[in-house]
Amino acid sequence: MLPRLDATNEFFWTSGADGVLRLQRCGACRRYAHPPVPRCPYCLEDALAPEAVSGRGRLHSFTVNHQQWIPGSDHYVVGLVTLEEQHDVRLMTNIVDCAEEDLAVDMAVEVVFEPVEDVWLPLFKPART
Amino acid sequence: MAELLERRAVISGIGQSAVGRRLGRTDLDLTVEAALAAIADAGLHRDDIDGLATYPGGGMGGAAFAGPTSPDVQDALRLRLNWHDGGGEGPGQIRAVFAACLAVAAGLARHVLVYRTVTESTSQGAGGRQGIAGAIGEGRGVPRFGGSFQWMLPYGAVSAANWLALVAQRRVHDYGLRRDQLAQIALNGRRNAALNPNAVYREPLSLEDYLGARMITTPLCLYDCDAPCDGSTAVIVSHVDYAPDAPKPACHVHAIGTALRGRPSWDQFDDMTTMSARDAAASMWARADLGPQDVDVAQLYDGFSILTMVWLEELGFCAKGESGAFVEGGSRIARSGSLPLNTSGGQLSGGRLHGFGLLHEACVQLRGEGGDRQVTGDPEVAVVANGGGPIAGSMLLTRGVG
Repeated sequence: MLPRLDATNEFFWTSGADGVLRLQRCGACRRYAHPPVPRCPYCLEDALAPEAVSGRGRLHSFTVNHQQWIPGSDHYVVGLVTLEEQHDVRLMTNIVDCAEEDLAVDMAVEVVFEPVEDVWLPLFKPART
Repeated sequence: MAELLERRAVISGIGQSAVGRRLGRTDLDLTVEAALAAIADAGLHRDDIDGLATYPGGGMGGAAFAGPTSPDVQDALRLRLNWHDGGGEGPGQIRAVFAACLAVAAGLARHVLVYRTVTESTSQGAGGRQGIAGAIGEGRGVPRFGGSFQWMLPYGAVSAANWLALVAQRRVHDYGLRRDQLAQIALNGRRNAALNPNAVYREPLSLEDYLGARMITTPLCLYDCDAPCDGSTAVIVSHVDYAPDAPKPACHVHAIGTALRGRPSWDQFDDMTTMSARDAAASMWARADLGPQDVDVAQLYDGFSILTMVWLEELGFCAKGESGAFVEGGSRIARSGSLPLNTSGGQLSGGRLHGFGLLHEACVQLRGEGGDRQVTGDPEVAVVANGGGPIAGSMLLTRGVG
């Protein structure tokens, strides 16, 4: 299952092509807006543009999925990551390269990208120390 | 405060179809059964019904989730309507009841048939739980999603179980929630279901059974997730003027909770440990002359056990983060406890009648029609909560004028 690209979300889902995560940021109030929208939802100025972010954040919560919702799917970890730049921006994602017993709420994580067809899915792994 | 218009409404009749697993009957068939039962229960005739509402009806999820459309039901009963409504957006499944209350208060209708019908058990057949992916359908390459689903489905977060497991895990971290505490919602439901002939799971369930059950998505196990079923629930929302003429005690609507102040999102809500139950509950109490201490019986949404825990806190039965201690051991929430909870078995054991089963049971208890499962003390005030995550609504019902 993949996102359907449109004029508003395409930058986000293809941002990983150069290995960098980008979010919309308002040129007027300087807040990040996510998910992408046509106009800044905070100050309502028409000043949003994609901007590179660090790709670092904290694991706000996680769940290890056991149920085979989709034939052939295996255990995987769904994570909810709060980004370093603005703590009310969260990304639902998969946590990779992490043993299940090492998962911990608030652990530091960083982005990696998984290319699938025409999108680059942002995933997160434990941050390098 | 201005007059609270929902108090011009009562629930004058209730009805329920057969409820079960894989009944193999159509959604319209079940709905007509429930509707006719509710109309008769209210002491009315089909021709008295001049309003119709449902959640969600057409256009949301698969047909087995949505139930028949309101036009289908209108036509099946040849209703002549002054007001009609259906939809999936609003303060929880119970939004259809809220809409009916306001229609009655506004004089748009006098007796509104409100129904919620599911045939998810028959639809799923032997395939088991599939989450959103199953509801939407597969088989035409990799499906593409826009809207809010695009932020979750690509990661295998395809079920509300996954989304709410994130709420539960955060609560484990913030409040030290334990599985043996969470288990009490499921165990309490099962004890009550044993006394409900319509419940889908009635055999005893022990704490050991719970702790040994397979995980669905940590920390939620099989018994934390409700059971898909087939069934229809209908209520008649009437103008309060009708209450003296109703053959059964009318359940008066005292206050409804409809607010959604946080972001309407499974992942961006400001407080992931509560989400919109917080806003719905606060707005309900702001309209009420009663408080949590006045509630005699609680029917709190348990599509997932963690949601019931959130509602217990947000409705003020205990402080935030303390629902684990509140339910520990199960005695407080038992039928004989200080807050009898989900007395028909809830959705975990009674079946996923999707909010309306809880509403039905609130009326049963206020009328004293619970039979073996009737709570003692002649309950006068019931609270009903529907939904969770970014979708929530609640209401206070009283026997007699609030």
